[in-house]
Amino acid sequence: MKNLSLHILDIIQNSIRAKANLIELEICEHLKENKFLITIKDNGTGVEKEKLNQILDPYFTSRKTRDVGLGLSLFKQNAERAGGFLKIYSKLGRGTVVRTMFEYNNIDRPVLGDIAGVVTLLVASNPKIEFLYKHKTDNGEFFFNSKEIKNILEDVSVTEPKVISFIKEMINENLQSIKL
Amino acid sequence: MGKIKSLADLKNLKTDLQSKIDLREKGDSPEKLVQIKVAMATCGIASGAKEIMDFMIDELDKQSINSVVTQTGCMGYCYAEPTIEVTLPDSEPIVFGYVDNNRATEIIEKYIKKGEIVEGVLPVNYETID
Repeated sequence: MKNLSLHILDIIQNSIRAKANLIELEICEHLKENKFLITIKDNGTGVEKEKLNQILDPYFTSRKTRDVGLGLSLFKQNAERAGGFLKIYSKLGRGTVVRTMFEYNNIDRPVLGDIAGVVTLLVASNPKIEFLYKHKTDNGEFFFNSKEIKNILEDVSVTEPKVISFIKEMINENLQSIKL
Repeated sequence: MGKIKSLADLKNLKTDLQSKIDLREKGDSPEKLVQIKVAMATCGIASGAKEIMDFMIDELDKQSINSVVTQTGCMGYCYAEPTIEVTLPDSEPIVFGYVDNNRATEIIEKYIKKGEIVEGVLPVNYETID
């Protein structure tokens, strides 16, 4: 993966496959504490305890289309390379949480990348799933709630290209205002 | 710095769009749209599926082609990523592999607009897309 937002896009696919209808993404950039934290939380089917141990093994996947599952393993590898960690918590029937930490100033920490594009893409591609996105930095915070967007849009679809570019710009401008 | 876009601006955009959508032949049935699914599992994302998706949305909008571009999971064609599945109205879905911006343009110009098959079609051997 070229950047962290692509990892996020990838990991959230797991939540979508786990039939979540609420997915929460939280990104915290703490320059003072030298931490870059990403948390993804869903209310999907969750993972059994026994499988939770296997889940970070690249040769484990619940898919039938192929035999490897690299998403979490690659994310973990990247986090550890940048002085951080990846932790996963899950409860069957309740959902799953994936937490990662990167050292902010670590030379091996990938850049965040086009997070506005990723969030927009997820919202537009999964109209039945609600997304909460919170982004905190030392300069402030920004909240995004897909439900608010849909309430305003009413019968206009989130897949409308003009809506897609609006959402992307709105997120980008808000992120710009709290940028470190 | 200019004013940051807010939900109030979205309200205006919505009113604006609504009249346009009403004008446009409102194909309520999704069969009337060109449907495109971009495979976006680890393999697809790592090969640049997001860029392809952004490109398709942009290009189809520019050309005012009535379409919906969404994402899907792994179809098992990891070797041929990025892959996209295109469903034209009243046709069977076709999966194209090794899609880059050039090929995406070709797919829009030849297949979506004229129905001509272009290079890179993958045999359909999957049963479900998740």
